Amino acid sequence: MDNYNIRALRCENLSFVYDDDAEQEKVILPPPALDNVTVSINRGEYIAVLGHNGSGKSTFAKLLNLILQPTYGKIYINGKDITSEEMTEDDIFDIRSKIGMVFQNPDNQLVATIVEEDVAFGPENLGIERSEIRKRVDEALKVVDMTDYARHAPHKLSGGQKQRVAIAGIIAMHPEVIIFDESTAMLDPLGRREVLNIMEKLNREENITVINITHYMEEAARADRVLIINDGKLLADGTAKQIFSKVDLLHSIGLESPQGTELLAELSKLGYDVPSDAITEDECFDALKALLSQKGGRL
Amino acid sequence: MISDITLGQYFPGDSCIHKLDPRTKIILTVLFIVTVFLVNTPLGFLTILLSVISLILLSRISIRVILKGVKPIIYVLIFTALINLFMTKGESQPLVDFYFIEIYKEGIIRAVFMALRVILLIIGTSVLLTYTTSPISLTDGIESLLSPLKKIKIPVHVFAMMMTIALRFIPTLIEETEKIMNAQKSRGADFSSGSLIKRAKALIPIIIPLFVSSFKRADELAVAMECRCYRGDKNRTKLVKLEFRGRDYAWFGIGLVFLAAVIALMIIPSHITGILPETVYNVFFYKI
Repeated sequence: MDNYNIRALRCENLSFVYDDDAEQEKVILPPPALDNVTVSINRGEYIAVLGHNGSGKSTFAKLLNLILQPTYGKIYINGKDITSEEMTEDDIFDIRSKIGMVFQNPDNQLVATIVEEDVAFGPENLGIERSEIRKRVDEALKVVDMTDYARHAPHKLSGGQKQRVAIAGIIAMHPEVIIFDESTAMLDPLGRREVLNIMEKLNREENITVINITHYMEEAARADRVLIINDGKLLADGTAKQIFSKVDLLHSIGLESPQGTELLAELSKLGYDVPSDAITEDECFDALKALLSQKGGRL
Repeated sequence: MISDITLGQYFPGDSCIHKLDPRTKIILTVLFIVTVFLVNTPLGFLTILLSVISLILLSRISIRVILKGVKPIIYVLIFTALINLFMTKGESQPLVDFYFIEIYKEGIIRAVFMALRVILLIIGTSVLLTYTTSPISLTDGIESLLSPLKKIKIPVHVFAMMMTIALRFIPTLIEETEKIMNAQKSRGADFSSGSLIKRAKALIPIIIPLFVSSFKRADELAVAMECRCYRGDKNRTKLVKLEFRGRDYAWFGIGLVFLAAVIALMIIPSHITGILPETVYNVFFYKI
């Protein structure tokens, strides 16, 4: 089962219930963290998963990587059921080597006391030959622009740098899908931008499927496709433009569109003729400029 | 602040001692410890003293750093020396006889050499091992040396991994402790006044959050490691492989010669009593 390309990842009726003491017979089960999610993800897509805290978006990520086993529902890779009971430990190992995951706190992902040894941790686990590991480590550090820090101790790096090392550790395993589970949440604006740039570079240049789980609208607006998860349910699935133009829907679940889009939505409510699908700052700027020149104002 | 604590006291460098394979250094350190405990003549001590000095010079670690390393054990040193001074009974008349205190010549000599022995032990092992070997290669060395134990089902790899992770998280946890301390201080906690018991009690609001967050960290780290396909040492390769080189064999040679020399100095004297003048014999081969 090794060496397959993840062309398509499909979740069907995926549900998960956190049940700490499953042995106790309980009359009332806790509400599901993930409830009947059906979604397909194709190779090379750049997807953002949005939702506020506790919406089930992280659970979704952990299920994709088989860290958690779904309570109900199935996950298919290229049509093969990876949640079936027949999956051996080796099969799961193969899947994890193809679906990498970067977490929120960079401190809790780094294992070794030297940057390059940490990056080598994944390939070492895969049993790759030494010269090849060396090559992969150097390449991965170059992708995240950390080559100069190869011999440094991780605890002396900044948050953004640590997170880049963590990403390099995943890249060195040569995955086909990388899930970023709120990987920018603990970083300062500069660190966030760095990490986001790497995400997009990996997606564009290496054709890696990127799934960015986040609660930052600005980040989600940059993705090709946005999924919104609320109370464990998949609420919306579409392009960033489609999703963010539904300002009212977002408000109803306590999320907000990017500020520019919000402004345009307010203007549109007042009867002005503005596009509702402008989501990046530049697009909003252009829309406002057009509106102002229409009214005879100047910018 | 506490975050200044150096990790495992390692001083990076590229001296010939730094470059040795960690396994070589571990084995030599064991040899060294054995010799320091065996030696019992002034000439033997001189040999060890000279070799420790040459080790220091070779490692290019500043003498100030080395003296700093001896500082914390100064009380242990004084205590050992005093015990030896008062508890050793000699054959000749005591030099001091004051009520229950009796000091003999043998006691003085013994106290001095005992202190010297401890100092040499500390300096020798730290120059040979802890100052010149990074914690990670030390762990690798230990894992490699203990790997025969895998045959009798001792999880050597797991222990080594635990060591590595512990070393990795020391600075992180120190940082965390500082953060929690500051948070508690800003809530009015007082860590520096009051009786010993009061101060110990004041530590509880630090220790509990620290434990809770450590468990959380451990949990997250475990998930992250699993995501990176960790499954023990099953089919695992390594980026850095330990290899004995020519210089390692050379150092083994030096170590063995050193051990042989010290043992020889213990055995030979009884056979050459007649050859050397009595005074030389009494000074160099005095049995401590």
